[in-house]
Amino acid sequence: MSKLKSREEYEKTGSFRFWRWLDGRRDPYVGQVEMKPQTPVETPELTIRERLRDSQAVRDKVYDIENNKSLNFFHRVYVLAAIVYCVGLAVILLAMVAYLPPTGEADRPVNNEVSARYIESGLQETGAVNIVTGMILDYRAFDTFGESNVLFAATTTVLILLHRKKKNQDGRVEELENDRLLEPKRDAILQGSATVLVPIIILFGIYVILNGHLSPGGGFSGGAVIGAGLILYLSAFGFERAEKLFTEKLYKTVSFAALTTYCLAKSYSFFTGANHLESHIPLGTPGAILSSGLIFVLNICVGMVVACTMYTFYVMFRKGDF
Amino acid sequence: MTVFQCVLFGFLIVCAVSVSFSKNLLNSVLIYMSFSLVMSIVWVTLQSPDLAITEAAVGAGITSLLFFATLKKIHAINTRREQEKKDVFQGLNEKNVGEEVSRRE
Repeated sequence: MSKLKSREEYEKTGSFRFWRWLDGRRDPYVGQVEMKPQTPVETPELTIRERLRDSQAVRDKVYDIENNKSLNFFHRVYVLAAIVYCVGLAVILLAMVAYLPPTGEADRPVNNEVSARYIESGLQETGAVNIVTGMILDYRAFDTFGESNVLFAATTTVLILLHRKKKNQDGRVEELENDRLLEPKRDAILQGSATVLVPIIILFGIYVILNGHLSPGGGFSGGAVIGAGLILYLSAFGFERAEKLFTEKLYKTVSFAALTTYCLAKSYSFFTGANHLESHIPLGTPGAILSSGLIFVLNICVGMVVACTMYTFYVMFRKGDF
Repeated sequence: MTVFQCVLFGFLIVCAVSVSFSKNLLNSVLIYMSFSLVMSIVWVTLQSPDLAITEAAVGAGITSLLFFATLKKIHAINTRREQEKKDVFQGLNEKNVGEEVSRRE
């Protein structure tokens, strides 16, 4: 609105009308066009019966599956083709497996210098007793970073698709009621078993994450276990108590902090050495819990991201909101 | 390959076939869950326990839970209350149809 003209003058100009039309503030037909009330159309009963009969005849002709020759033929060919396809695929795959070299032979193509290097000097170079974790989070940490980015992209997609804004109050309330329909309300057995099981599950997850470089497991497995424990807590005690612990803000903070720490730690590792083996972080004694340099930190980061992601997936599927 | 492993593999094949042949979607998800559970035991016998932990947590736990949530969203699980509602609705329809027929006659 121009400051040089007054409100009345401005409302007479064309630009005001144009913007009003563009914003949809005024319906151009209201007050301009004469509205007539519609007269209800009476259809004679004979016509209705004729139409019903005709449509029934057409339906009989179309849905007469038993006497339709081409449809029967197609159905038989379809079943036959499906069986032939499945059997052919199974035969091809079994033949492929038969040509694979047998397990445990010394001259297999898998036993090359790469795996020999991993097995022989993995403990000295990475400091991880669990060679698998040493490979994943030290030699091939760049691949793992790509994988966690894939997981992040998947979470973002789920959030975009399933997240509902709080503006839509009516739909949200209805959805909440629908959601509570199948949820057991103060189920004594479920709540009692959850009280016993949830701390054990979460403790086991934390153990798996912290011992990722010593024993089987690691960030992803431990994070998934913690996420499953959180989901059990949510199913047993409902959203009202789970929301006190886990909010959208916590999810954002934890995901962002963990991913950034991972990125910075690995980029530090990449910048210090050409093959990032000479990062000047002490590796510690192999077997101690505070050992193997960056792997310990990276495991914790991956575990937190995965736990938050699993829980968020479940919440998004259930309610569409935190 | 021990007898135990053979039994587990046979169970896996039975599960995989019966998932695709079961009519009820809820049954399919439950069979899929047991498939993942047996698969995690197979991973242990194949000497890869970290895969076993991941399979048990993700395959048997979280994936099945997400399937359950989805089935509930698309109303594929018939709860008792929904079934009652449906029955009442059908009964109302039948009553209405009967009244209409008698009125026309």
